[in-house]
Amino acid sequence: MVAPAAAALRVVRCGGSSLHGARAVFSADSYLLCASGDFVKMYSVATEETLRVMGGHADLVTGIQLNPHNHMQLYSSSLDGTIKLWDFMDGIPIKTFTVGSKLLALYALGSSEDSVFVIIPKSGERDTFQLVSVKLTKAAGQDLEAKELSVVLDGVDASPKYIAFGREGEYVASVKEVNLQVYFFKQKQLNRFSVSAVKTKSGNNQFTCIACHPTEDCIATGHADGKIRIWRNFYHKKEYTYSTLHWHHDTVMDLAFSVEGTSLLSGGVESVLVLWHNQSDCQKDFLPRLGSPIEYISLASDGTLCCTLHTDNRITIINSNLRFAKSIQGLIKSADVRTGLVVDPRTKALVLNGEPGHLQFYCLQSDQQLFSLDIVQRQYIHQAGLNQADLVKVAFSAQGKWLATVEEREEVTDPELQLKLWFYDEETQSFKLNTRINMPHEDQITDMCFRDMDELEDDSLILVTTGRDCVFKVWVMVEDTDPEAQQSVSWSCDFVGSYHNYQATNCCFSEDGSLLAVSFEETVTVWDSVTWDLKCTFCHPPGKIRNICFGRLTCSKYLIGASDDGFLCCWNLLSCALEWSAHLNVLVLQPDPLSEHIAAVSWLSKESSLFVFKPNEPRPIYIQRNLCREKIQLAAFVPRDEPETIGSEKYLWLRRSQLFFLTDTQELMTLSTKSLQERLTPTSKQLAVEESIPMTPFSLLLGKHRRQQSQEDIDLGKLFVRNKREQDSPAVKELLHTPAHVLPSASFLCPIFINSLLISKQNKSAEEVADEVEMESEKTEDDSDEERDVTEMEQEDTSPLELLGETTCKLSKSQEKELRKIRKMDYSWISAF
Amino acid sequence: MATYKPLVVHAFPKLGERITQDTLYWRGYKTPVQIKEFGAVNKIDFSPVSPYNYAVTASSRIHIYGRYSQEPIKTFSRFKDAAYCATYRDDGNLLVAGSEEGSIRLFDLSGRAPLRQFDGPTKAVHVVGFLSDKYRIFSGGDDYSSNLWDIPSGTEIVSYSEHTDYVRCGCASKVNADVFITGSYDHTVKLFDARTKSSVMTIEHGQPVESVLLFPSGGLLVSAGGRYVKVWDVLKGGQLLVSLKNHHKTVTCLCLNSSGQRLLSGSLDRHVKVYSTTSYKVVHSFNYATSILSLALSPEDETIVVGMTNGVLNVKHRKPEERKENSQKKRQPAYRTYVKGRTYVPKQEDFCVSKPVKHVLRKYDKLLKSFQSSKALDAVLEPPIRLYTPEVTVAVMQELHRRGTLRSALAGRDEKQINLLLTFVARRVIEPRFTPVLVTVADMITDIYQPVVGQSAVVDRQFLRLQEAIGKEIDYQEELLEVLGMMDTLFATFTKKTATSLEEKKSNGLTDTIETNTN
Repeated sequence: MVAPAAAALRVVRCGGSSLHGARAVFSADSYLLCASGDFVKMYSVATEETLRVMGGHADLVTGIQLNPHNHMQLYSSSLDGTIKLWDFMDGIPIKTFTVGSKLLALYALGSSEDSVFVIIPKSGERDTFQLVSVKLTKAAGQDLEAKELSVVLDGVDASPKYIAFGREGEYVASVKEVNLQVYFFKQKQLNRFSVSAVKTKSGNNQFTCIACHPTEDCIATGHADGKIRIWRNFYHKKEYTYSTLHWHHDTVMDLAFSVEGTSLLSGGVESVLVLWHNQSDCQKDFLPRLGSPIEYISLASDGTLCCTLHTDNRITIINSNLRFAKSIQGLIKSADVRTGLVVDPRTKALVLNGEPGHLQFYCLQSDQQLFSLDIVQRQYIHQAGLNQADLVKVAFSAQGKWLATVEEREEVTDPELQLKLWFYDEETQSFKLNTRINMPHEDQITDMCFRDMDELEDDSLILVTTGRDCVFKVWVMVEDTDPEAQQSVSWSCDFVGSYHNYQATNCCFSEDGSLLAVSFEETVTVWDSVTWDLKCTFCHPPGKIRNICFGRLTCSKYLIGASDDGFLCCWNLLSCALEWSAHLNVLVLQPDPLSEHIAAVSWLSKESSLFVFKPNEPRPIYIQRNLCREKIQLAAFVPRDEPETIGSEKYLWLRRSQLFFLTDTQELMTLSTKSLQERLTPTSKQLAVEESIPMTPFSLLLGKHRRQQSQEDIDLGKLFVRNKREQDSPAVKELLHTPAHVLPSASFLCPIFINSLLISKQNKSAEEVADEVEMESEKTEDDSDEERDVTEMEQEDTSPLELLGETTCKLSKSQEKELRKIRKMDYSWISAF
Repeated sequence: MATYKPLVVHAFPKLGERITQDTLYWRGYKTPVQIKEFGAVNKIDFSPVSPYNYAVTASSRIHIYGRYSQEPIKTFSRFKDAAYCATYRDDGNLLVAGSEEGSIRLFDLSGRAPLRQFDGPTKAVHVVGFLSDKYRIFSGGDDYSSNLWDIPSGTEIVSYSEHTDYVRCGCASKVNADVFITGSYDHTVKLFDARTKSSVMTIEHGQPVESVLLFPSGGLLVSAGGRYVKVWDVLKGGQLLVSLKNHHKTVTCLCLNSSGQRLLSGSLDRHVKVYSTTSYKVVHSFNYATSILSLALSPEDETIVVGMTNGVLNVKHRKPEERKENSQKKRQPAYRTYVKGRTYVPKQEDFCVSKPVKHVLRKYDKLLKSFQSSKALDAVLEPPIRLYTPEVTVAVMQELHRRGTLRSALAGRDEKQINLLLTFVARRVIEPRFTPVLVTVADMITDIYQPVVGQSAVVDRQFLRLQEAIGKEIDYQEELLEVLGMMDTLFATFTKKTATSLEEKKSNGLTDTIETNTN
């Protein structure tokens, strides 16, 4: 393992990657598996938690399917040209089959013994794809070649929704544009049908998805104009029949038959899940307002659950009686993050646009949405081309007590603009609307900020908004004199300022709140925040000011501004002169609230670069070129709970807060000194154990023990940390998993356990017990993964005995050596008892 | 999964006067009863004892009215010329009145003929009253003198000739039986003590004094004259406490409410203003048809009686306290039904089935939920919503516009419905809070029904009305802009002089509609 001091900073993805690469899959024991970027994620249906992230593919995962012959295994295909077979319960790859060309979709059938179907691009031709079956060899070894391809269908479409396999794999149906082709495997017969390509007002009738009935010869296809066609009798080229179901007003995004085939589920842009009974038009049920357009629908094999994947990266789990059950949501993807990345001072969650009209509070630690605050409070109509109000600006006061939001609906004739101020209600633990201001500015609001002072006295709170209508406005709290009003304070405008009728673009308060900087196109103006007098102006023509910020702590006398002609300027507020300037096309300028450092993200020739600097010297402290390929839209410093120990001088700026940034494609990234494996493994291991342990006093005790240990590990250095954790956890797991009747009586176990808790002078008994734990786990480590089932049985029998310390004599030499080594380092750990 | 979010109807802040406790209190009177008297009503006085009859002096008569009677229950009419200032004694048994011919008469309320007649003043006596010992009467008249009379003997005790003009008002102290004050047209208010030979205090009001009033504590004195109402601290030697200038014509009468917390003043400008006696701010104001000469409030503020120059007596009774609780209680189920099952604690083996909370939606919300835009618009064009809560109608129109279905909702209507729509639009389009939405609606209606113009006289008339309303509004706005331009030049010259501020101005509040959510 690499020492942290030597490790380079890595750009790490930490959430938000799209979930809709492929249909989700329910495992037999109610886990949900989902392709997410390069990973396959496993969720618990019961708790909505992410249990495991399986990484190994080098590119996007395009398809996942359960192994039809072993429901504990999962096939996944990826754009990197490999098919992997996973044991998803343990999160380990069993086999990797290299196919060679890009894989765009994966289908596994029960009827075909040792082959799966994939869609690959046709060699030599662009934009044509073919469905091929891949023979998966049963040879030993992890990495295998799978070059035995046979083409099944030619000229198919790339999306996994365009192909479906019929009744026990007897035929395969594929749609492309207005053509439907059905291939019968036994007869080796190919039937083609097509619908007339009429273009109506509501859209064309191109195929958009297909589903096959599980028991009958029946195909359902969805169309771009919202119709669903049910095809029958397609053995005959001429005498086929179809019926039409029409409810959707826009494209049918996905279709799924229920397990028995009695009903059909469909979903689309309307975000309504429609259940058609008996494939007839007259009987249908709806589950409306699912929040965002439905992308995929999948059903559990026992038919009790159904899940929909939405375009905004949300998974909704629905009961069989069409009742909403749960929703799994990470970072909700919104069409345009206009609010910026804001950190909630109270929860340290990242706050940004969520569902339309909502503000999402996203917890970075757990990759989960904490809650979603409805700001617009209006029914959102899921319909293309509608211009609806959405949230554009968000600001928190320093303690998170007040939240200001701006919502806007762009329209030529009557634009709607609302400024809302929310108060954090301690009782309900949520934000409550305090004041609503219609049309705070006559044109769009460009920026908004609170005066960031310690809110000891509440009346010092000031909000400033800048608008395109060439003014900035200062809002203050006023006491309400109206006896009938139920609240004591409300907000009203106190001051309106302007500068030569230029559009106001940015605003920013200095750290102590005494100065307000407002940028008006090319000019930065500085105002006294008590008397609202204009103090001085700075400008750097001809560039218009894009971002401004004040320096902090020791650098509070500096004002930094970035202009759109590619200059970064630093002005000294004491001498009112330009301190330095640098030629840099800065897109994002983000000061760290806890230190003097300022991060600037620039966009230079198709790559983003990060520069971290202190305002008092023009040389950057840290430069990371080629941060990522995409344009970085937003960045935010999130304060760490406790300062991290960072060895290198170079990364000291990351000590107190962490830098997160959001790209164009809505991937949330961060900079980390740890490697990917380090980040992933501990969490997944712990999760697995913790999930199986009920919260008993004993487990609490163990948890304490584990925490203490891990704290110590930090001091000891990273080297032992992982070893130990891996070693002791299986032993504890064994003990906890072993049925009670196999274990020796509690009275027998107790003295040993209590002895282990005592701080004895001779220290021996405790040591011995600990040693056994270590040794026990050594053994499990040695066992290969495939044989685990067998060994587990043995362990169950032996582990209690071993724990009692009766088998020490059986130790081999190498194990004894290990034991000694462990003994050497273990003293500090035991003394913790 | 989200539930349907009902339509948000924006509540706009009410412009104009703010509703306070005071406005609610003073509005709680029934529509006034008007009684025609023979001449200008110069004095109204309530009997201090139940049933609180009141004496109204007008012309040569004194009428006694009962609380709810519209006809006088008793009349004293033994005056040759005008009677003045009929005032009750503290026990409500005696009534004293001055007269134009100069005599002061004392009446027993049970009899008709005067008990005593005090002759002496040669000119009209405009003010008379009892001292608080009940046995003496003070008077003031056009002969510039203030006199004190003894009731048992019917003789004059003392006469002060200190005023230099007509004495027109006066009042006796309630705490000291020897103290009374008179106000005169010589701009002064004088405080007399019956034990001394001359006045003890002179207060310079500045205008002819029309009315004076002593607070029950005797410490504060209120004088009204000209457009001013002035409050003086008697105990500090007649120091001016506050000067109120809220009327634009002469203030003629003053009155305190029963709690002493509010001061009322009536004026020739047809207004009665109510002041708070702590802040001396106007908390409410009444409007009357003609100039007010006299004003009285019954004990417990049950009745406000106002006398006017044209001889009309305006009587307002307080509305009875609303007893809604009582009438509802009958319909409410018994207490038992409320507590039924509340205290039940489910056993461990019980399955708990929670009842889903049912959200009741308004009719238009139900229709909007099911995307029936035309019907939703119909629903909010029903008379009660359209007439009393036009903001709901407009909010639905706006929502339909947001959904892009407003055009189809407006289209395909018959003559009656178009008539209705156009009436609504023409009436409300000029209200600033509705203008943005209704202009769009008017636009669409004109677009849609342009081809049918000329087919129906009713619809055509409505179109013309709409045109007229919009034309008027445009003219009005133009005028306002002109005024604004004028004011801007004025302000510009003003700011040049101070030469301090840059291009900044305080928010004038015209552009922002600030609204406080009261939820």
